[in-house]
Amino acid sequence: MRRAALIAVPYFWLLALFLVPFLIVMKISLSDGALAIPPYTPQLDIAEGWNGLKTFLSELDFENFVFLTTDDLYWKAYLSSFKIALISTSLALLIGYPIAYSMARAAPEWRPTLLMLIILPFWTSFLIRVYAWMGILANEGLLNQFLLWTGIISEPLTILNTNTAVYIGIVYTYLPFMILPIYSALEKMDDSLLEAAEDLGCSRTSAFWLVTIPLSKTGIIAGCFLVFIPTLGEFVIPSLLGGSQTLMIGKVLWEEFFNNRDWPVASAVAIILLLILIIPIILFQRNEQKQREMEG
Amino acid sequence: MKRFSWFNITALTLGFAFLYLPMIILVIYSFNESKLVTVWAGFSTKWYAELMQNEAFLNAAWVTIKVAVFSSTLATVLGTMAAYVLVRAGRFSGRTLFSGMIYAPLVMPEVITGLSLLLLFIGIGLDRGVLTIVLAHTTFAMCYVSVVVSSRLVSFDRSLEEAALDLGCSPWQAFRLVTLPIIAPAVISGWLLAFTLSLDDLVIASFTAGPSATTLPIKIFSAVRLGVSPEINALSTIMIAIVTVGVISASLISKQASLKQQRDEQAAARG
Repeated sequence: MRRAALIAVPYFWLLALFLVPFLIVMKISLSDGALAIPPYTPQLDIAEGWNGLKTFLSELDFENFVFLTTDDLYWKAYLSSFKIALISTSLALLIGYPIAYSMARAAPEWRPTLLMLIILPFWTSFLIRVYAWMGILANEGLLNQFLLWTGIISEPLTILNTNTAVYIGIVYTYLPFMILPIYSALEKMDDSLLEAAEDLGCSRTSAFWLVTIPLSKTGIIAGCFLVFIPTLGEFVIPSLLGGSQTLMIGKVLWEEFFNNRDWPVASAVAIILLLILIIPIILFQRNEQKQREMEG
Repeated sequence: MKRFSWFNITALTLGFAFLYLPMIILVIYSFNESKLVTVWAGFSTKWYAELMQNEAFLNAAWVTIKVAVFSSTLATVLGTMAAYVLVRAGRFSGRTLFSGMIYAPLVMPEVITGLSLLLLFIGIGLDRGVLTIVLAHTTFAMCYVSVVVSSRLVSFDRSLEEAALDLGCSPWQAFRLVTLPIIAPAVISGWLLAFTLSLDDLVIASFTAGPSATTLPIKIFSAVRLGVSPEINALSTIMIAIVTVGVISASLISKQASLKQQRDEQAAARG
């Protein structure tokens, strides 16, 4: 009896506030837009019983999804989100790996402090961390002032409101997600393996590529997915740092919903975004499972 | 022997400079006299004074704190229950669906979570305000809490619970007297995580907040869209200061607690 109550409370909470809302999104993505409140048809009329349900179901269709394929705005938005996520993930890996590697080489008594310094920004507001870059990247901002002062450039660069600013913002906010899994893989690595490789005639560089990189592979894969997956649906960074030409699907969904008030199309955009996300999520979970098996 | 070279020192210095310089610049420019955030015109605390006069920001801050306290507490209770169910309840029908519903919100893009909850609230005719934001935040935060708590539950020795039951405890007493003290650190960090997630959230709150309740991130976002302003720098500095003090004192407390535990264990071993 107690056990049933214990299961039922969180179960029904999640059913009511996660699964049901999700089913509503699916339903509305199959509805048509209308100038009404709420702005879509058909509405399910429970009073009419079975017949009501039948007419309701017969009016649902895939029109919005067809619409998404014909309007190339959406294609471009999905492709450009994918591109932006891919480029930012690679940049985060290039910047994050040396940091994680150096953390793992630091003296053991330093490591907890270094780890805390990596985690600390996590606790600070995401919005503030993105905002911090607005003052730096602006035309008259600090970066341009600095570059002009050193004489590297003779006129200010336009960085804010371009894709470059979006890459910087994403790498900055998601870098800890890349560093932590790589660090935890490298920290467990046995150093005698490197010595063995060198004894057997490997140069330091080839020992790095042949021993260190393969041993940190699961960390690299986990880090890449942890950056890639949330970036794909990102909204705050493109809308604050990106320009009008920065197309990302999270932003399109937001605008479709709040500015155009087209709920059915916004729901269809959401469903397709989820379908795209399923593949990297499954790959990520496989990688995690493999890691657990290796450790267990 | 690990080799710690110049390369390592350079990578760490540049890495931490990249992570921390933007925040440091943000803090420095909150004390700038000038309205222009990029030109230094002397030290001043006037933006803090102006912030304290700004009713809209103060109201939003109050709403945000209320939402965070309610939702993180509720999320901790529900998340701990969910973790207990996942780890201890064994098989029951719908278990796969249950664990799916725990993990899915963690990877769900915020825009979709927000959109779906908004459509639900409109569907059932619930007016948007503090209550709807609390419901929304509780739902995604409980999933994080349950992941944190279940990793602790998995790792602890079940025989302790069984011993308590054998010695005549009711299941509830065994939970309260044995399990809860052991998983307490995970429950507390779950609460802290839920609290910061709620303080931080812009996207889901924007979908689920109504005109009657605006949270601080929503307020900051709409101000920031128009450009950089020293008042926002001042507000950010206050928030950064609170977080830094909070995280550092939390880590000191947990360090002391684990030292005390070690001493107690040694004392117990000596008898």
